[in-house]
Amino acid sequence: MTDKITQETVEKVANLAKVRVSDDEKDMLITKMNEILNWVGMLDEVNTDDVEPMTSVTDAAAMLRKDEITDGNQVDAVLENAPDKDHGFFLVPKVVE
Amino acid sequence: MTDLTNLTIAEALNGLKSKNFSAVELTQAHVQTMEQLRDLNVYVAETPDIAMAAAKESDARYASGDAKILDGIPMGFKDLFCTKGVHSQACSNILKDFKPPYESTITANLRGDGAVMLGKLNMDEFAMGSTTELSCYGTSINPWKGPDGKDRTPGGSSGGSAAAVAARMCLGSLGSETGDSVRQPAAYCGVVGVRPTYGRCSRYGIISFASSLDQAGPMTRSVEDAALMMQSMSGHDPKDTTSVNVDVPDFSAGLGQDIKGMRVGIPSDYILDRTSPEVAAAWESARKMMEDAGATAVEISLPHTKYALPVYFILAPAEASSNLARYDGVKYGARVEGETLEDMYINTRTENFGDEVRARIMIGTYVLSAGYYDAYYRKAQRVRRLLAEDFKAAFEKVDVILGPTTCSPAFPVGAKTFGKNQGENDDPLGLYMEGVLVNPSTIAGLPGISLPTATSAEGLPIGMQLIAPAFDEVTMFKAAQVLEKQANFTAQPDLSSWQKAA
Repeated sequence: MTDKITQETVEKVANLAKVRVSDDEKDMLITKMNEILNWVGMLDEVNTDDVEPMTSVTDAAAMLRKDEITDGNQVDAVLENAPDKDHGFFLVPKVVE
Repeated sequence: MTDLTNLTIAEALNGLKSKNFSAVELTQAHVQTMEQLRDLNVYVAETPDIAMAAAKESDARYASGDAKILDGIPMGFKDLFCTKGVHSQACSNILKDFKPPYESTITANLRGDGAVMLGKLNMDEFAMGSTTELSCYGTSINPWKGPDGKDRTPGGSSGGSAAAVAARMCLGSLGSETGDSVRQPAAYCGVVGVRPTYGRCSRYGIISFASSLDQAGPMTRSVEDAALMMQSMSGHDPKDTTSVNVDVPDFSAGLGQDIKGMRVGIPSDYILDRTSPEVAAAWESARKMMEDAGATAVEISLPHTKYALPVYFILAPAEASSNLARYDGVKYGARVEGETLEDMYINTRTENFGDEVRARIMIGTYVLSAGYYDAYYRKAQRVRRLLAEDFKAAFEKVDVILGPTTCSPAFPVGAKTFGKNQGENDDPLGLYMEGVLVNPSTIAGLPGISLPTATSAEGLPIGMQLIAPAFDEVTMFKAAQVLEKQANFTAQPDLSSWQKAA
């Protein structure tokens, strides 16, 4: 089976996933991801031409509720665990010049 | 006085009602055992003050005749469950110091019914693993030892929850199962572990791994105890859109009844190369035990069994990559500063996710990425339906399905890896194969229970599982209790070598 994951794919996927992969880890990850993807590739031998994807094991339709406010005024609770906050806001590095 | 830590939940409730001992005494006995057995590394946070306060309230309710269904029962909860103001970290560095401002529905139900929280239990980071070795707090140890004296794994990801029950560090615990994370550790630690039907219990406040698969489950030392915990845990919750609005039956309704005429499915597809001869023999005797009790064994086929793990290892990482996108260093948990916002995200996630979690996020991101979505994610969802249809067809012929829970008893700590070490024990797919007998029913959303029915030549427990149709836990508990009675598993781990003066 041809390997699907190359240096380039690992870098692209890491960027999408917002993680960094060191050069040392790269080879290990390429091997591991290829092993897993080659293994799960066995699903190709199953004929699923007329099979609908199963997105949920329960048949129940999604529950709907009235679009009304059920909660609020929880600023302190929401910010309680924030690594950095000020005046009721989350603080992050500057994003606008 | 009786050893209060050696009771079942049902026995403890009777003792409390009869005023043979108080909830405070029962809690104290467990707090003491937790201190003596700290070397097992089972609790990642102990909450004795909260426990003692709750036990006092329980005693007051017993005194006034207002006791609730689990009043005064000491329990431990997997670190995956959010408990208000108390350590809830999924054993990940990225949730360092996180103390939720809210309580999960299931722990709220249990505590509302009088359960006493002793603390939070060790697990693999974000429930991704099969040994608890991937916890940021280090591995838990199985209290069962083989003759070689080597430490055995308790399994995972709910390894702390299983070991705590086996080591008498609580009367019951909460685990969670996305693949096999309740039933596999239950089998390795010689305790009862239940996966409820998907949708039976609310997922609100359980730190998410793979939302279409995650379910909480009770871990106990008897089938009856598991049914008691389920009674409190179950029910529709408007806060979880996947919790199903169906009536909650009396899970104990079938207990004590016989199983004459019950049809027990024996799936030939569960005989695998990797199944140890001892486990195969234990399966055969479990089948005989059920036949002796009046059940009829029926050979069945679940032809897509071998595709369950590949389906799982596409769906679970895909859903995880989406769920774990929320850990960005902004709202809670760890933050590693960076020059730009994106640098901060990347630094935080790179330094605080463990290697296996990061690898699964990468795989999940890949299978969901443009150009691969249909080939992997959609394909896995289609095969998932075929797996569910296998079970549907089988349940037209049988009432429950009996199989082994794991292919072998608990292995030594460090014996299997996810391919990180390139050492002699390295088997990259080794640990990924742990759920081979459990994941098919998980993927189909069905309820299942694992219970110990035998010991290996080395004296380690062997677990069997019973799988029932969706929302038919009553039949599952009924069949399981008959098997429990027939198997009469009374072996216990020798805790003396772990005990230290408190």
